[in-house]
Amino acid sequence: MNRLTPQVILVLALIAAAIVAPFGVYPIFLMKGLCFGLFAAAFNLLLGYVGLLSFGHAMFFGFSAYITAHTAKEWGLTPELAILAGVAVATLLGAAAGWLAIRRSGIYFAMVTLAFSQMMYFVAVQAPFTHGEDGIQGVPRGHLFGLIDLSDTFAMYYFVLAVFVASLLFINRVVTSPFGQVLKAIRDNEPRAISLGYQVDRYKLLAFTLSAGLAGLAGSLKSLVFQLASLADVHWHASGEVVLMTLLGGVGTIFGPTAGAFLVVAIQNYFSEAGSWVTIIQGMIFVVCVLLFRSGMIGVLAPWLKRRGLTG
Amino acid sequence: MGDDFIVETRSLTKEFKGFVAVSDVNLRVRRHTIHALIGPNGAGKTTCFNLVTKFLIPTRGQILFNGRDITNTEPAAIARQGMVRSFQISAVFGHLTVLENVRVALQRVQGTSFHFWRSGACLDSLNQRADELIEAVGIAEYRDTPAGELSYGRKRALEIATTLALDPEMLLLDEPMAGMGTEDVKRTAELIRRVAAKRTVLMVEHNLSVVADLSDTITVLKLGKVLAEGSYAEISTNPEVVEAYMGSGHADTSHGAAGHA
Repeated sequence: MNRLTPQVILVLALIAAAIVAPFGVYPIFLMKGLCFGLFAAAFNLLLGYVGLLSFGHAMFFGFSAYITAHTAKEWGLTPELAILAGVAVATLLGAAAGWLAIRRSGIYFAMVTLAFSQMMYFVAVQAPFTHGEDGIQGVPRGHLFGLIDLSDTFAMYYFVLAVFVASLLFINRVVTSPFGQVLKAIRDNEPRAISLGYQVDRYKLLAFTLSAGLAGLAGSLKSLVFQLASLADVHWHASGEVVLMTLLGGVGTIFGPTAGAFLVVAIQNYFSEAGSWVTIIQGMIFVVCVLLFRSGMIGVLAPWLKRRGLTG
Repeated sequence: MGDDFIVETRSLTKEFKGFVAVSDVNLRVRRHTIHALIGPNGAGKTTCFNLVTKFLIPTRGQILFNGRDITNTEPAAIARQGMVRSFQISAVFGHLTVLENVRVALQRVQGTSFHFWRSGACLDSLNQRADELIEAVGIAEYRDTPAGELSYGRKRALEIATTLALDPEMLLLDEPMAGMGTEDVKRTAELIRRVAAKRTVLMVEHNLSVVADLSDTITVLKLGKVLAEGSYAEISTNPEVVEAYMGSGHADTSHGAAGHA
């Protein structure tokens, strides 16, 4: 398994590029891209490998951000514990929302997740600990394991990068695991999976919960990077944005969602002086993408690389 | 009575908003036989089949499998008890390879299906058994082809290999020969015969001629009710059956039309 296949070389090259990147590119931008890349990869675990379109993933992203911000600021937890707390809450929330939502499929599934996330948005507006419109500001990044000072931007960047790489490896493991095989079978033909004796709802629920936990991890990281947890993270806009990122990058691929996330974040950052035109530019790019390469950037690029013998 | 009937239905009825699709059907499938359920369009064959496999819930009546009441059992649970169905439209997992398709069926029994942290390589121990099954249905050369790219007949063969991977006591086949050419029909009939040696098969078919040689018992449905039951010889000479088929424009009771040899 550990041979240097072209795929492994490509991944190593990407990691090397990511390591040197903050010397050339604004690190906060890179971290934002990685956080949203992880968010989109978590979302894609559900859409790309189980075929479930969730329209409420912001609730996991946003709530985990609140929990991490609150526990780090008010309780003084170290960053790794604050992140764990956020992920735990997102995972539990995922199990509860998933348990309800997987009873429906297609558009109804999307609607149940949307309704659930709107409820959580309302909670976020009303609950005192979230500080409503202000959000939780000035979240301390703290010392990782009590040792590494994350207020140093480079330290923070490499921490985010490490979590991101580990999470993508984890997602890759999940989709190639025996469990992943069953997920793909359910995606391809659910009645057939049932007729082979699989209780498909249990598999969907586990996938949903894993996806929610990972989306939460992305939100937690984001709240430490920006030292802020706000209503924008739980808003349905964020749920919609992650759909956009995943589709732009390539649904059902490992790197697609990250590529899509970087594209969207780059448009928001570098075209920010265009004001509300950003949304229009985004919309046009989306339309072009859907018309020209329906399988997303990576979905088009990967077969092209394969044909040139660059990847396995 | 005894338990030499593997499946028994008692007064099985299914109503859809006032329309009775299956009415008071008492079906008995004898163990180690091939039992065919036939009838013209709209006779309630597929509804009946979906009731037995639990994909539909009956309005009234009872279903017994091995003497056990399964009327309220989940479809996935039925499969685990040894009764596995196929589908009218070939049901394969299109993005998985032929090998992976069969392995999906094998791995449930292996007990690793929830192991999301394990490497997919742990499934390789199932390859030998999967290869045997693929070989048995004659598609070994397509082992690593995505199932979605196979021809129709080969998809059906793969479906049978996947079903056999569960080593079911009973197979339920929903129109296994639908949409097939003469050659494929022959090959599939041969395959079903081979598979049925140690099992029980209940199959739904549209054309009487297809099941003529194959079935031990044939039940003819018409408008949701059992019209006749018996061997092919008995059925094919039953004036009511002939009438039912002629009446709906399917004069297929004679040999030949669907490639019967």
